[in-house]
Amino acid sequence: MDPQASAAPAIELIGIDKRFGAVHANSNVNLKIERGVIHGVVGENGAGKSTLMSILYGFYEADAGEIQINGKPVRIRSSREAIDHGIGMVHQHFMLVQPLSVLENVMLGAEGGPLLAGGAKAIRKKLSELGAEYGLQVDPDAIVGELPVGLQQRVEILKALVRGAEILVLDEPTAVLTPPEADQLFDMLRVLKRQNKTILFITHKLREIMDLADRVSVMRRGEIVATYETAATSPPQLADAMVGRKVILKIDKGPAHPGGVALEARDLVVLDDRGVARVQGVSFALREGEILGLAGVAGNGQSELLEALAGIRPIASGEILVDGRPLPPLAFDARAMRALGVGHIPEDRQRVGLVMPFEACESAMLGFHRQPAFGQGVFFSRSAIIADAARLMEAFDVRPRAPLLKTANFSGGNQQKIVLAREIDHNPRIMLIGQPTRGVDIGAIEFIHKRIVAERDAGKAILLVSVELDEIFALSDRIAVLCGGRITGERNPDQTDAQDLGLLMAGVSERAA
Amino acid sequence: MSAPLKPLPAWADVALIPLVNVAAAFFISGLVVLAIGENPLEAVKLLIVGALGDLEGIGFTLYYATSFIFTGLAVAICFHAGLFNIGVEGQAYVAGLGAALVSLYLGAFLPGYSLAIVAILAGALFGAAFAAIPGYLQAKRDAHIVITTIMFNYVASALMGYLLVDVLRTPGQMNAETPGFPHYGDVPQFHELLKPLGIHWPVTPFNLTFLLALACAFGVWALIWRTRLGYAIRAVGANPTAAIYGGISPARVVIVTTLLSGALAGGMAANVILGEEHRLILEYTAGFGFVGIAVALMGRAHPAGIVLAAILFGVLYQGGAELAFDKPKISRDMIVVIQGLVVLFAGALEHMFRRPVAALLARRTTQPPI
Amino acid sequence: MEGFDAFIVVFGSGLRLAVPLILACLAGLWSERSGIVDIGLEGKMLVGAFAGAAIATFTGDPWTGLLAGVAASVLVSLIHGYASIDQRANQIVSGTAINMVADGLTALIGNAVWSQGGRTPQLPDSALFHAIDLPFAQSFGGVPILGPIYRHLISGHDIVTYFAFALVPLTYWALYSTRFGLRLRAVGENPAAVDTAGISVRALRYSAVVICGVLVGLSGVYLSLAQAAYFQPHMSAGKGFIALAALVFAKWRPWPALATCLLFGFLDALSIRLQGMVLPGIGPVPVQAIEALPYLLTVVLLAGFIGKATPPRASGIPYVKER
Repeated sequence: MDPQASAAPAIELIGIDKRFGAVHANSNVNLKIERGVIHGVVGENGAGKSTLMSILYGFYEADAGEIQINGKPVRIRSSREAIDHGIGMVHQHFMLVQPLSVLENVMLGAEGGPLLAGGAKAIRKKLSELGAEYGLQVDPDAIVGELPVGLQQRVEILKALVRGAEILVLDEPTAVLTPPEADQLFDMLRVLKRQNKTILFITHKLREIMDLADRVSVMRRGEIVATYETAATSPPQLADAMVGRKVILKIDKGPAHPGGVALEARDLVVLDDRGVARVQGVSFALREGEILGLAGVAGNGQSELLEALAGIRPIASGEILVDGRPLPPLAFDARAMRALGVGHIPEDRQRVGLVMPFEACESAMLGFHRQPAFGQGVFFSRSAIIADAARLMEAFDVRPRAPLLKTANFSGGNQQKIVLAREIDHNPRIMLIGQPTRGVDIGAIEFIHKRIVAERDAGKAILLVSVELDEIFALSDRIAVLCGGRITGERNPDQTDAQDLGLLMAGVSERAA
Repeated sequence: MSAPLKPLPAWADVALIPLVNVAAAFFISGLVVLAIGENPLEAVKLLIVGALGDLEGIGFTLYYATSFIFTGLAVAICFHAGLFNIGVEGQAYVAGLGAALVSLYLGAFLPGYSLAIVAILAGALFGAAFAAIPGYLQAKRDAHIVITTIMFNYVASALMGYLLVDVLRTPGQMNAETPGFPHYGDVPQFHELLKPLGIHWPVTPFNLTFLLALACAFGVWALIWRTRLGYAIRAVGANPTAAIYGGISPARVVIVTTLLSGALAGGMAANVILGEEHRLILEYTAGFGFVGIAVALMGRAHPAGIVLAAILFGVLYQGGAELAFDKPKISRDMIVVIQGLVVLFAGALEHMFRRPVAALLARRTTQPPI
Repeated sequence: MEGFDAFIVVFGSGLRLAVPLILACLAGLWSERSGIVDIGLEGKMLVGAFAGAAIATFTGDPWTGLLAGVAASVLVSLIHGYASIDQRANQIVSGTAINMVADGLTALIGNAVWSQGGRTPQLPDSALFHAIDLPFAQSFGGVPILGPIYRHLISGHDIVTYFAFALVPLTYWALYSTRFGLRLRAVGENPAAVDTAGISVRALRYSAVVICGVLVGLSGVYLSLAQAAYFQPHMSAGKGFIALAALVFAKWRPWPALATCLLFGFLDALSIRLQGMVLPGIGPVPVQAIEALPYLLTVVLLAGFIGKATPPRASGIPYVKER
């Protein structure tokens, strides 16, 4: 162990608490980061990692708790104060000004006087020193927006170092990187560690933790639930700690009777909004009357895959086939997919699946609003729309049963039920379901699960994407694991366990295992 | 970062806040009147008497209101799709050309009222076409519709200036205007219509287009809230991501909405060109397209609100003219000031009074959480 | 030689017509580079022109007029700033409101005070900015070609004109060589980057809005105290919007802004010159086509048919701190 670990920790967070309205983002977080150590923080999306880092960087003030730097209590109320305390942050979305040069970006906020000329000289010198010392070379006159993502990130790191950062916080730094770029980043961080810098590294990718970190803390639902020496832990143990155990009742589920192939993907490649390939050659076949569970740690391409299959995200290459017929890669959209009998329950139901200013009954027909049942000819039949919404709300127990209330005025859980009700009710032959119980209270989970199984028994082909392992186990007839945009393995739920899946989720592919 | 705003009760949201905003605009207007040395209350009295004191005043008021309903609806329908169409002025202007061309050149082929009807449709068509260019450029080429519609106002002005001065002007005439239209192509004015019924209405430009405007207001309401297209328009305006998820093409909706907006702007040509002037004159729109922005904001983009706001602005324009006659210091420019203040308070600063109002309500009632 | 003289005359007049455009365009540049869209340039120009003429009427001195014009314009700018920065308003709506209020209020007050339909009284020569003859303008003026250029194009302008032209390199320098300029360029592109660097987004944007008010106020003062000798309602006649078009056309950069404003000013002068002229075989020159050209060119550019005009990325978007 590092000899300096015995001195005062570089950072100590004591009892940090932060609420946003009803959301308890951080609850009583205690975290000690020793100097000269790479400390990883893992957790799922929404576990509270980013909030914690924002508190550390002065973007938010905690409701309660204390931050100590080198053993001294400090208050960090702004980014400026965080910088003054030697904290440098590399944000997940780079805080860079794209059309400016590297030099200008590094100078911003550290110009060294009202004119740029003098400061520019000093920073140039500093950049070349840092480049030599840490292997962080980058052309100071390059335009940041024209640099590859990996180099942009290097600029972010340089920004922090030029300001004299001793503690470097990296928020999901590999989210936008290709594997070789990520390896380069890790090499850089190891060099920084050797120079006695402290590195706090946030991720949800377990492989990276195992690769890089000396210690790892796991966050779940706003709390730090465990801290391990990396050498003394394993990916499955971490995965287990991250996901936790939701109380999921075993569903009575008979064996599946799979029919013909309803939906097939061949070598699908899908890009995200920034043009990074998030799905890298995925192939699978989904049969009628079965539930194919797609497991994986969030951010491994599930969202993009689901969106592509639903027709709301273009595919870069590959093929989608419905009932054996390939779809033209550019000429299909959500409307065409619905017409083919593909239903889609999006992961982010509130943002994607609903229009908040709409009346509930209007949201309850989004995507199906062209159907003659809602009115023949040009005009809607209000009575038909309201009656249909009332029926759905009754069947799925949406509260309050008020079809004319604005969608935004329902609670989150009830908004979700509106989407579920709409998509299930229209009886698609193929269902794409993303995180069906995310944000849903315990009581509703069983109801939703039973409903999904019932749909399967009715002969539907169901693709289920979930980051909850228990949910995957409870529902799936087959399990495929997605990691880094590829399917790393397929399992029969009766012949696998959480540990086995954890390895696949960590990217340890079958051949390597 | 400021604390999130507490939700207000629905009635405060729909009625109280807009009223407070408009009241603020009128209060500041009153201070302006005071500052130039006149009595605001007296001014209001003169204004109301001038606009509503007799049938002649009412006729003019409703004549102006008719134009404002059209331009207000044109702005509002774009609001619903999340678009800001500043080009209603130019679209209404070009629409006048469509109405004029039909009235001037197709008179021989279109007997009776059919001439007026075709002229109205041609106006709508020209307005729609002129609006569709910025709409298309926004939808397909990502050119910001605010800038392009501003530019197109000036393009319309130059184009129409050229046509009226150099092409369509009556030979030997000094004024930049077309020859008069054949009279059977007029949109009838109410005083003519009412005469055979034995009702005497003084001669005013108030004409049948008013009913068309009300029908359009109802039509826009039905379109926005009762049809699939309106549903798509609102979805794109409120959440384009969800619209795409719902199988709605935002680009298509943007183009269709701007077409409709331009056609509505064209209604102003029916009112002014066919209903009153019976010739196309230079700059006939006189800034009424911009009044539409104030009307749409004040009416909260709802056709019923727009009709009310349009009548209010009709009162201001007609009463303002009378007021300027009695009180030369309060020129008609005062109305433009009021219009600007309405846009400022009901539009740009619409949330300024939210917090104080919410605080006031919270103090007076302990309301249950929604 | 006759052609050359005509060229000198048209170019000289184009240059004078370009001055308010340059000032307003640079005003817009400062504002929009900081992320505040300003379609209220037209209104502020009117306010500056009116306040300048009104005060000069009382003081008989152009400098107090200039101060008043600039102060009034800055005040209006601050209203736009408050709406855009603190109230997170729709900046287009706010700008529209300002144009309307300015258009009405200047005419209203002008009419109420002087009862001449909104026009202010003709100002005496002593209350105006005058042409400054540079050294040797008379003697050197006799030299062929260069003489008239020096005498009519370079010499013989008022102080505001020289300032407007000096402002272009000044703006360029301030934008690219000073700390303030760097931060300003950054805040219009990515305010979060500025905020995380520990710099106040609000203070930067307010400064930009004030600079915008000063410059566009000057352009108004130029209209009433240099180009004309009075204020007249609506006298800006769309120049604020031409300046906006020039800003888009110049892709928000100072030197191209100068070139575009000169081009637009020259087109304006040309259309005045060609008014009523009849070309053989074509008939009267359609001067309106020349008048519409700046607007059409801007739309074509915006649509990406010739190059692409991309505004500062954060312009028009209120900054809200996010996770």
